[in-house]
Amino acid sequence: MSRIPLTAVLVGALVVALGLGLALGEVPLSAGQYLDAFRHPGAPAGEILWALRAPRVVAAAVVGAALGLSGAVMQGLLRNPLAEPGVLGVSAGGGLGAALAIAAGLAASPEAVQAAALAGALLAGLAVAVAAARFREPEALILFGVALSAFGGALTALVFNLSPSPVSNTEILAWLMGSVANRDWTDIARALLPMAAGLALCLYAARALLVMTLGEETAALSGLPMERMRAAAVAGAALLTGAAVALAGVIGFVGLAAPHLVRGAVRGDPERVLLPSALTGAILVVLADLIGRAAPTEVELKLGVVTALFGAPMFALVAWRAARSWSA
Amino acid sequence: MRLALQLVDASVKLGGRMALDQTSVAVAPGEVVGLVGPNGAGKTTLLRAGLGLVSLETGIAELAGEAVATLSAPHRARLAGYLPQERRVAWNMPAWRIAALGAVAAPPAEAEARARTALDRVGLSLLAERGALSMSGGERGRVLFARLLATCAPLLVADEPVAGLDPAAQLLVLDLLRREAAEGRAVILTLHDLTLAARTCDRLVVLSHGRVIADGGPRAALSSAVLAQAFGLHGEWIDTPNGPLLSARHISAAGG
Repeated sequence: MSRIPLTAVLVGALVVALGLGLALGEVPLSAGQYLDAFRHPGAPAGEILWALRAPRVVAAAVVGAALGLSGAVMQGLLRNPLAEPGVLGVSAGGGLGAALAIAAGLAASPEAVQAAALAGALLAGLAVAVAAARFREPEALILFGVALSAFGGALTALVFNLSPSPVSNTEILAWLMGSVANRDWTDIARALLPMAAGLALCLYAARALLVMTLGEETAALSGLPMERMRAAAVAGAALLTGAAVALAGVIGFVGLAAPHLVRGAVRGDPERVLLPSALTGAILVVLADLIGRAAPTEVELKLGVVTALFGAPMFALVAWRAARSWSA
Repeated sequence: MRLALQLVDASVKLGGRMALDQTSVAVAPGEVVGLVGPNGAGKTTLLRAGLGLVSLETGIAELAGEAVATLSAPHRARLAGYLPQERRVAWNMPAWRIAALGAVAAPPAEAEARARTALDRVGLSLLAERGALSMSGGERGRVLFARLLATCAPLLVADEPVAGLDPAAQLLVLDLLRREAAEGRAVILTLHDLTLAARTCDRLVVLSHGRVIADGGPRAALSSAVLAQAFGLHGEWIDTPNGPLLSARHISAAGG
């Protein structure tokens, strides 16, 4: 499948997913009420549609796109299909930042939690960038990231451990499980600036990911400014992941699975996989949020729980098929 | 004539030992220079030093008369194409896309045309659409060599370009390098097969323990004394219709 039809298919699927996200919800709306919501956004049906459902599905889409793109960039940079934003410790850094803010009693202030999560993710991203400048081998960077991720996880556990308040522990846990419920347009707007910066950096670094296919030394003689581009890729992926974690908590598997789902369609190309991977990530998170809302459970399923529950088996299937094609 | 690559008294320290020690090598346009020597002699390090991929402790490394350390990335890529020893390909991209990475700065249509021409030259035009990870190791090696051919650089640097190739493919690759030199490019390569090295190269540089111990025409550079000193071999050259052939045995097998 060539690039344009694939992109068109994914955009179509995303539009359908967004439509479903708007149409389905706890309060069923009639056709007349939908019409009313479009004519009078301030009416009760309009409030449900534009103030509750729309920001929720848009938040899911931007978070998914950021994670899908970030995952594709990480995999290209590290030349490793197992890389994802979580592997380098950026998600763990964001989680720790949010946990600290909630434990400090800032749970009532979403902007403070969001800022703390972004700061945590960017600090982790900075540590990764320093390591990336020092170690050229992808394996070294992955090992460093795994250590950073484990350390961030341990510090978050320490926050739990030392927190005197079970209420704040419950809030931290809820946040770490990921959700886009009750996000408003202001929350989304706050995430868009770092996401836009991350996107620009990743697009700048896209060609570097392509030449990295054959390793560092071939890339070094490609004529591209590899040091700048590598730093841009790390910073871009960190900004995208940090902003996504800040907006919706820790959501696993999307950054890992989205690139794999479309890699075959772009014939493995680590540059051409970026846009389809972002679109696929958006579709996955919008659908996962829908599943979480529609699940016949007393309590709404958290987004991170749904992505892991569905993502892990799906990813195993994709990995199985990929492994078979390699050994064929 | 301006040299395509020159190292003067270059020393490189790796892991606490001198991987290159006061080494001088020059490659001129139209010339095929072979680097030979036992494992660990410093052949790859010499290539990497010449390309600015490793820092010099002392000495000078130049590409086309300019200090390699001062070259911008695009300028260096215009001066030299490099086939490293590493043959790992991360993603299952089609062979032509891999070969087109040799012309990554060119417009896409031109890069594809150069890649397909290069694949044709290495006898892989029928496999141009096949994923590189679905190929045999030897086929993949030829695709990576095609990537080197697709570069426009006046200097081609190839680290063991025939490793893992079948005999016919080895001869094809070395013949293609000779043709590139005949058209004015400079070529420097490392080889382990001394017979192939003697038949392919205008000049051989023999390395041992990071030092150049011989530099000259193949038969002179690989004299009996050098073969014994560098490789621990008793060897003699035999003339055949296809060129010189080295008949050798290990010194220990010959009783010292």
